[in-house]
Amino acid sequence: MKSVSAKRTLSEIILAFPIFCLIGGPMTHAQVSYERIRNAEKEPQNWLTYSGNYNGQRFSALDQINTSNVKNLVPKWVFQSAALGKWETTPLVVDGILYGTAQDDRAFALDARTGRPIWEYQYTFPSDIRPCCGRVNRGFAILGDKLFFATLDAHVVALDAKTGAVIWNVAAIDYRKGYSFTMAPLAVKNLIIVGVSGGEYGTRGFLDAYEATTGERKWRFYTTPGPGEPGHETWEGDSWKIGGAPAWITGVFDPATNQLFWTTGNPAPSNRGAQRVGDNLYSNCLLALDVEIGKLNWYFQYTKHDEHDWDSTQVPVMVDLEGKKLIAHANRNGFFYLIDRTNGKLISASPFAHVTWSNAKDAEGRPVASQGSSPTLEGNRVCPGAAGSTNWMSPTFDPQTKLFYVTSREQCDVFSTAPQEFEEGHAYYGSAYFPSDEALPYWGALRAIDPLTGKQKWEWKHVTPSWSGNLSTAGGLVFTGDSEGNFIALDAASGKALWHFQMGGAVAAAPMSFAVDGKQYVTIAAGSSMFTFGLP
Amino acid sequence: MRRKSLRQNILIFGILAASLVGPKPATAQGKNPYARDAKAAKLGESQFRINCAFCHGLGAQGGGRGPDLTRAQKKHGSTDEDLFLTINAGVPGTAMPANGTTGQGVGMTAEEIWQVITYIRSVEKKAAPVGDAQRGDTLFHGGAGCATCHMVNGKGGRIGPELTSIGSARSVDSLIESVRNPSRRLAWGLIESTKEFPQEYLSVTVATVSGEKFSGVVLNEDNFSLQMMDRREQIHLFEKDKLKSYEISRESLMPAYDTKTLTDQDLQDIVGYLVGVSSK
Repeated sequence: MKSVSAKRTLSEIILAFPIFCLIGGPMTHAQVSYERIRNAEKEPQNWLTYSGNYNGQRFSALDQINTSNVKNLVPKWVFQSAALGKWETTPLVVDGILYGTAQDDRAFALDARTGRPIWEYQYTFPSDIRPCCGRVNRGFAILGDKLFFATLDAHVVALDAKTGAVIWNVAAIDYRKGYSFTMAPLAVKNLIIVGVSGGEYGTRGFLDAYEATTGERKWRFYTTPGPGEPGHETWEGDSWKIGGAPAWITGVFDPATNQLFWTTGNPAPSNRGAQRVGDNLYSNCLLALDVEIGKLNWYFQYTKHDEHDWDSTQVPVMVDLEGKKLIAHANRNGFFYLIDRTNGKLISASPFAHVTWSNAKDAEGRPVASQGSSPTLEGNRVCPGAAGSTNWMSPTFDPQTKLFYVTSREQCDVFSTAPQEFEEGHAYYGSAYFPSDEALPYWGALRAIDPLTGKQKWEWKHVTPSWSGNLSTAGGLVFTGDSEGNFIALDAASGKALWHFQMGGAVAAAPMSFAVDGKQYVTIAAGSSMFTFGLP
Repeated sequence: MRRKSLRQNILIFGILAASLVGPKPATAQGKNPYARDAKAAKLGESQFRINCAFCHGLGAQGGGRGPDLTRAQKKHGSTDEDLFLTINAGVPGTAMPANGTTGQGVGMTAEEIWQVITYIRSVEKKAAPVGDAQRGDTLFHGGAGCATCHMVNGKGGRIGPELTSIGSARSVDSLIESVRNPSRRLAWGLIESTKEFPQEYLSVTVATVSGEKFSGVVLNEDNFSLQMMDRREQIHLFEKDKLKSYEISRESLMPAYDTKTLTDQDLQDIVGYLVGVSSK
């Protein structure tokens, strides 16, 4: 792959330097230490992880674009991926350079002010890959002078940040068995953490940690316990071997306790519980793992013995409120959970969307499935539908309003189930599902939730359900997108729309914000284009 | 110049790379290797449930979203090879996607596609008799008033869905229900990625600040704008925040035809006309 390195004129650097200093960021080129990521809030002009920093809040401390001037926002540049399918990436920005991935495992580095490519890269993969839901990739991790991404054929790849050249490329597992990667890795200390996709194929889910310099695997945590391990008894027979529980969304890291908080997906087959009687640990869980060795410290299971494909793969957001260290999590099953992150104990669970599958809670306060909510041969209408009350789209927490913002879906489905023989590498759902036949529209909303009460403060209704993630900023704004192609800035306090722009393609990504030369920008992918907006 | 040529190289590389990772190179040479194999039909049924039943229904009987595949005569070709191509490449201009290109289900291997075809063959049956197509033509374009709002082969109105292909795109039961109870299920889109129509034929009434009123169907809308067609087939474009009011309803503009207005025989004949037209 040919490439050119980033070039700036001396005068640009001289001009830029004092402005950077005002914002408080160091002027280094693509040397991103663990210390920098851990202290990402000290350099708000950069966006150093999938969610911005380790806490998962997807909050930007930049306030140059704010409630009073956002009405003036204009597009600054558009970068086209020249690929089809959903574009789900969140780019990183480090010291004026934007690093992104695109459909079909493409990657690129751009001048973040102009959108001009510095290098572009195309990973090549076999034709018989097994992605369940499109040839998507959600982004890079960065550490040192390397970028890390994980591929559709289940490899982990390190690229040189300056050129896009491959430094190392390791196969995590045989993709032909139904494994793939779609998520953005997380860099912690000298480790690159990845979680696997493949819950639709009767795989055995896992998280891996790779040494950043060499690509050597340091640990693997299987999300279905083997014989002799705690939780093994929650699987019927050998069902744990093909029990799914993938880990396909980037988790968060708590430096204070050296723990990863990572969420897991559905048990397989997704809509047939009769082939895997039991709670099916650690499917649909929040896991607290020692980052050094991958040891499980505690877990919390959101949906036991899930039969509706309600992966719990939503970014778990670390928030500190009223002196408590918490995880806020709006789950695909329709409940908003507040969890004590010091011990994994549930504090509260409140519905944030229309839910019919549960009408009771267990002794711990966890919603439990009501009788008759299981899929049947003929089909059984349940809310939420298979896509859930939310899905993988990133929520955001704004420490200024102390509100949690989540893209919500209102859709019920008819769930059918039938026996299915397992065949390695073949789709394994044991099911079918349909939209409910009633003349009810699907719709969606961005909802602002008070995490402490679980109550909705406001909502912004979408005409059809949106797959957009969300960004909150110190400018008092929440940015979101919709399936009609709009990028929208809302007043974070009231939910009032202050600005919008029609991008001409549905949004399936989350926005992020950065600054270069003292100017703030907001970026989001829509359709096959990545848009960056700024003030005139 | 150097930069330009480098950029060109990158582009060429990208195109080459894209061709390497393009659609699956499954081919449809020869006949189904699993023809009439009961085990393959069973495996095919599982794949059908995962990938196809969302639109084509459990049992492949179609419904309000996709064609009834138990009909031996298929719109886009009835041989094994035709079916393979339809499943693998999709049907441009319809909601039928190419294999593995939507979030609905997963991509299928060539082996799995043949299994699905084996399953479809196992549930095919003789088409139920439909009505007198010629009489249905007369009713559609005359006394029953369908053509006031619906177009077939370029003739008819515009305020309802165009119906030239509907006879093969929907099951007979679904067509009958759409006439007897049109509001139960509007001619809606599918999930976001496979929407068949941009609009769902929602009804809309608009009042402008200057006192004008319009009613008709929604052609498209987002949170900020509305594109509609009124009952006189005039298109109107509005910014929602500049309107005095607007109301969007899921009550169809189409009247529900009961058996007094349209006898069962008349309806059978109209369905016969639509099925006949759609197969040409």
